[in-house]
Amino acid sequence: MSQHIVSQQLRLEPSRRPLGSLYAGNVRAVFSRGVKATWGTNWAIMVSGFVEPVLYLVAMGIGLGSLIGTVTGPGGAEIGYANYIAPALLAVSAMNGAVYDSTWNVFFKLHFAKLYEGMLYTSLGPLDVALGEILLALLRGALYATGFTAVMGAMGLITSPWALLMIPAAVVVAFGFASFGMAITSYMKTFQQMDWINFIMLPMFLFSATFYPLSVYPEPIQWLIQALPLWHGVEMLRQLSAGIFTGAILVHLLYFLVMIVLGLILSTGRLRKLFLN
Amino acid sequence: MPQTSLSHRLPQQAPAAVITARNVVKTYGDFNAVDGISFDVQQGESFGLLGPNGAGKSTTMRMIGGVSQRTSGELSIMGLDPDQHGPEVRAHLGVVPQQDNLDEELKVRDNLIVYGRYFGLPYSYLRPKADELLEFAQLTDKAKAKVDALSGGMKRRLTIARSLMNDPKVLLLDEPTTGLDPQARHILWDRLFRLKEAGVTLILTTHYMDEAEQLCDRLIVVDKGKIMAEGSPSALIREHSTREVLELRFGSERNTTVAPELGGIGERLETLPDRILIYADDGEAALEQVSNRGLRPITSLVRRSSLEDVFLRLTGRSLID
Repeated sequence: MSQHIVSQQLRLEPSRRPLGSLYAGNVRAVFSRGVKATWGTNWAIMVSGFVEPVLYLVAMGIGLGSLIGTVTGPGGAEIGYANYIAPALLAVSAMNGAVYDSTWNVFFKLHFAKLYEGMLYTSLGPLDVALGEILLALLRGALYATGFTAVMGAMGLITSPWALLMIPAAVVVAFGFASFGMAITSYMKTFQQMDWINFIMLPMFLFSATFYPLSVYPEPIQWLIQALPLWHGVEMLRQLSAGIFTGAILVHLLYFLVMIVLGLILSTGRLRKLFLN
Repeated sequence: MPQTSLSHRLPQQAPAAVITARNVVKTYGDFNAVDGISFDVQQGESFGLLGPNGAGKSTTMRMIGGVSQRTSGELSIMGLDPDQHGPEVRAHLGVVPQQDNLDEELKVRDNLIVYGRYFGLPYSYLRPKADELLEFAQLTDKAKAKVDALSGGMKRRLTIARSLMNDPKVLLLDEPTTGLDPQARHILWDRLFRLKEAGVTLILTTHYMDEAEQLCDRLIVVDKGKIMAEGSPSALIREHSTREVLELRFGSERNTTVAPELGGIGERLETLPDRILIYADDGEAALEQVSNRGLRPITSLVRRSSLEDVFLRLTGRSLID
């Protein structure tokens, strides 16, 4: 038996590497490692990230919503307040899922578990590692988003079949945050710097036209909000929830595409600089 | 014997150099961590880099793996330049880093399988291979344990098992037993010795002379990024030291004052803060001469020369400060 194992010719060198040493075409190994590791870890923490936007939906949508009544939704229709904030909170849910894995978890693996260092001492390239980890974060964002959409459905907040497009759109949002989150984290060296991420996330969550329209702000603030990624996610999902398609959706998608590509380039470059210098 | 040397020149007879280093330099800022070192390692050889902390051993290992780019010089691993062909080189390397970087989020056996996946190897190969290596590392009954439940020695053995998952042609061991208790070290040495017997090319760094003597066919003594000497442990001792050493302790105050009175005994004398070393082929005879001069050390010890003495001779310093 063991004789057979030794004599077997191992295929250790990938047949082609279009990106040279950056990429071994083996993202799967990194991704499935992540799934396996997450499987054994704390489910309570996994679930808590999902529950948070749901709690907001209940408290604000139903509680506060009963005082507010209806508001003007996308396309000018009068909709319930819960219907108004639900797609925004779905975007938040996708963001949360993606950001948990791509920031704190990546920070830990980078500096304490020395995971990437070990991975890059094999034939894996930095792009395999970055993409694998980003896909893992994206998976979490996608799971949160799907779960949240189910909650919306159960609460009767899905009024158009087009609203199901919110799920793939939320995956794009998660991908953008995962990719960019990992890129930012790869530059962080201390816990204090990591706290800055929370410091930015909370106001972004509260003020990205999540709970009220952008028009309440003076113009300079509007520009600032529109520069931030969550606003694009909120707007895109809010339009999709009502089955309204405008050119703006393409702009939002483009925003996330840039985030994804930029994040991948920065993360890959950073891993290379840190561990293959 | 001319006949032997002739047969050595024939290409099919000559052992292939797995690693060739020529004038390799690694500079950080204006500090040369590795300062022009050259060596060859043959297939199946067990080659050591012996030196104190900061000598440039780990940096050299990292350059061999292509995870640290050299500043200048030539380096060839299995015929490939690791800076150009990092992944191809690493595909055939086994790496045991100085600090364990096992995957704490995975169970013991999964650590092996997942690591094998990083090389793109199929599960059909990895599952039996993992079991085989768990057996080798004497960790079969820990297969389903969590990594943080293992002792230091077990973690080290698991790291070695992990490094063998891709059937490496060369195994890099960076201070494999640092931080382990004596018993764990001996278990580990036994495992490494078996690998050596199985013909695996071992490159290991250490600052323990006993480890180098046990495991290395040949070694280089490195200090401040430079090679001080090269050879087999016994040849180095023969070349740079006497057969025996007499260690005398007169008490920390008196060592330096007594030293001049010991002139002429043995071949050489080394005064350290805590003891005096007299290098002589016959240590007992030297001790007798000492007592004939009416000197009464608090303790005296005659021992064989070791690589520690070689290092002391070459650099004027001890290996472990």
